[in-house]
Amino acid sequence: MDPQRKRKIRLVTALSVAVLLAVALIYTSFSASTEAKEPSQLLAASPGTSYEMTGRVVKGSIRHVGNGIAFRVVDRDGGGRSLPVTYQGTVPDPFRGGREIVLTGSVENGTFVGEPETLITKCPSKFTTKSDG
Amino acid sequence: MASLGGALLALAFATALGAAALALAGRHGDRRRIDLSRRAVYAFCALLTACIAIIEIAFAGDDFGFRIVREHSSIDTPSFYKLAAMWSSQEGSLLLWAWVLSIAASISLWATRNKLRELVPYATAVMMGIAAFFTGLMLFAPDVQPFTTLSPVPPDGTGLNPLLQHPSMMIHPPMLYSGYVAFTVPFAFAIGALITRRVDAEWIRATRRFALVAWTFLGFGLLLGARWSYTELGWGGYWAWDPVENAALMPWLLGTAFLHSIMVQEKRGMLKVWNACLVVGTFSMALLGTFLVRSGVLQSIHAFGDNTVGPYILGLIGVVLIGSTALIVSRLDDLRSPKRIDSLASRESIFLVNNLLLVGLTAVIFWGTFFPLISELFTGEKASLAAPWFDDYTTPLAILLVLFTGIGPLLSWRRVSWDSAKRVFRLPLAVAAVTATALVLGTAAEDSLWALALFAFAAFALTGLAQEFWTGASARRRLSGESMPEATVGLVTRNRRRYGGYIVHAGIAVLLVGVAASSSFQTNEDVDLRPGEKVVVDGRTITYEKPTVAIDDEKITLGAVLRVEEDGEVVGRLRPSQAFFRPSGQETGLISTYFAGEATSEVGLRAGLGADLWTAERPNVAALQRRARLADKGFEACVKGEPGTPEQCKALGALMRAAAANPALRDGALEQVTKLQGLAAENVAESYLTDTAPATFKIIVNPLVTWMWIGGLIALAGALIAIWPTRGRRRGALVRTEADARKEAKYREIRDAELDHAVGKLSDEDFAAVDAELRREALEILDRENGNGNGKVNGNGGGADGATREPEKIERS
Repeated sequence: MDPQRKRKIRLVTALSVAVLLAVALIYTSFSASTEAKEPSQLLAASPGTSYEMTGRVVKGSIRHVGNGIAFRVVDRDGGGRSLPVTYQGTVPDPFRGGREIVLTGSVENGTFVGEPETLITKCPSKFTTKSDG
Repeated sequence: MASLGGALLALAFATALGAAALALAGRHGDRRRIDLSRRAVYAFCALLTACIAIIEIAFAGDDFGFRIVREHSSIDTPSFYKLAAMWSSQEGSLLLWAWVLSIAASISLWATRNKLRELVPYATAVMMGIAAFFTGLMLFAPDVQPFTTLSPVPPDGTGLNPLLQHPSMMIHPPMLYSGYVAFTVPFAFAIGALITRRVDAEWIRATRRFALVAWTFLGFGLLLGARWSYTELGWGGYWAWDPVENAALMPWLLGTAFLHSIMVQEKRGMLKVWNACLVVGTFSMALLGTFLVRSGVLQSIHAFGDNTVGPYILGLIGVVLIGSTALIVSRLDDLRSPKRIDSLASRESIFLVNNLLLVGLTAVIFWGTFFPLISELFTGEKASLAAPWFDDYTTPLAILLVLFTGIGPLLSWRRVSWDSAKRVFRLPLAVAAVTATALVLGTAAEDSLWALALFAFAAFALTGLAQEFWTGASARRRLSGESMPEATVGLVTRNRRRYGGYIVHAGIAVLLVGVAASSSFQTNEDVDLRPGEKVVVDGRTITYEKPTVAIDDEKITLGAVLRVEEDGEVVGRLRPSQAFFRPSGQETGLISTYFAGEATSEVGLRAGLGADLWTAERPNVAALQRRARLADKGFEACVKGEPGTPEQCKALGALMRAAAANPALRDGALEQVTKLQGLAAENVAESYLTDTAPATFKIIVNPLVTWMWIGGLIALAGALIAIWPTRGRRRGALVRTEADARKEAKYREIRDAELDHAVGKLSDEDFAAVDAELRREALEILDRENGNGNGKVNGNGGGADGATREPEKIERS
């Protein structure tokens, strides 16, 4: 085969593989992703669907229940009605009232049930421009 | 001091702009202006050094008149961390960025002071433009001015987050920054090369070492961050696909691709467009990392306050991307290479595959990291991708990379015949097959086929690399008569780039074995235990012997003693704990304030080459908190002299009332109160020892995870070997001119081919063909030089780097 043609075939093959992979990537990312919501949007969420909730833990609302914890969250700007949350398992060090958290889970009977190992608490001090104590 | 600092910073800004302007003004060969601009860069570096010194002195001396000190340090912050507190702040980290850039720029310009005369002015202008940008941010953007002062001067600061008080936090951020920043140098020289159309390998030779240093810093920074996460966060993992982690990984991956593909340009003059794109991409990714940490556009553990510099950095990324792309497109004709890759079975084609894999990996991570924004753009809903999605894509790519880590070093440049391939691949393939079989028969490795594949490929790569060292050292010994260890050391020291690189490959293969084993075969359990209870995790019996407690003014530490038994024998005790810090500035007062501040975990870790036993504790503090509140209430009642409180209370109450009336007694009364509160706090703390409430333990058995750290350190050592200057250079035999450098590179190629022939990687026939080609190319260089009237060429231009012998002199007969 003449080399020019061989190179063209190679290029086309490589490009098709790349396009196929890109399509797979895009397709799976949309189907594997979880929607991000704030607590006030989840109050009326349909049960069973998985969401990634970002909210602020209400100060003084954390209680130990069995071998898990229960607490309430509000929207990050502090507004809206609060949403009750339950979570099983160990919580990260920075977790406490007033902190922003990200938690994946679903709503059951008006309570957001977090999946184990998905609780992320934001580090408080790094690069904050105003001190919040 | 603050006003002096502000003035120095302003002067630094002006100096950076001046250096850029002078460099551009001297771009047509005005030596005086170029020399002046280089000296201005040194001055810029000195000015920023002074700025940093002023801030560090303020930190060391608790000068809370500086806002940066007030918000990130306190009197009680350990002095070791006072010095590191600077870069936990937004403004301090920007200053660190600019300072590292000033150092990198100074070193790179010093190293090229007699070289690349056309190109250097533009490189200077690019580096100083970026430096002026960051210095300007600190002068003009609100909230990030490092020399902002407070009046009146507060008595104490808010302190450094206890989580960040860890030795690796001292070095992790500067490492990452140095990594990000050092990529500016290759980028700037690439831009210079494109503008002046000098797009051969000169700019690469001048900046290759900077790219390698940047890559090493970034990699080591990532490793330290992972280690910190593993031992300090009470979470048990080392990587979470968090946006900020990804942001540091992406430039590292692209940098890895760049370091490989520039070798193809150096040796073969190919892939010029690709290299230009890679260096622009790498630098943009480094800027993007700087941006992500500061913008808050993505949800991350590395949370960020709302702040103002994000949009500016985004603007800079835009300028860099658009400007560079336009420049590359306008220079496409100069970048085109007439050469083609000779054969698929050659090192350059393996580099090409490795580049595609690395770029693919970066693309996947980029897509996943920015998916929340992408999804919002298309569906209107923010949605994010979790770790499993990342794992699905990165696992196969990482496994393939390990395979190519092994294949690359076994092939020579240009071409490899079937016979020589068979010879070098036989042993590694056999070892890989034996490893896979043994793992399937002897362990449960077949439960994870990905992990099994990775182990087999790693065995292949490691054997191949060991074989490289063996055959290389043997060949050397045959000629020199040295002992084998001597020959190995000689081989490595005379071919630092090659064998340093191989050591990095081995380190990465070992590291990925650790990652694969610990992520695929980990046992992870959360259990509630009361004192005396036990649990069996992966064959190890763990008994919660007893709780422990320690209290001081600053924090209360609740811990556990865990007895570990394997096969009925006690092998050790682990002491995980969690410390509860009082909010800064409340070192005295109510006992319940102990639970109002940060908490940090101390992990109980039993590290081993086979497996780590990792434990963390979440003590149950409910009862303790209740007792603290009761004690506080009792104390209040006591001081008020309410009925039913003991006799001593009356005396204390009287003292307090007297102190209120007479300021002279206040100190004595306060001391008394503090002492009593301290005693009460100790009592409350001690009650924890008899607490029977269960504590929650996270217990993880992590197989082979230690090899991850070992592999990382091996890779670091390899990188340092490759960075270290070769002996010839250190002796001062500096490659003076560009023609010398070209010659030197060609000689090196000839020596490489001879080495490959000596160790059997190139068959006689292949060697004859490659050698003839190389010598023809060398003669072309000599001809061109003689044509330019540069005089006679007399042999070797650089140091004697050959493993075996110096190449014969090449002269036109």
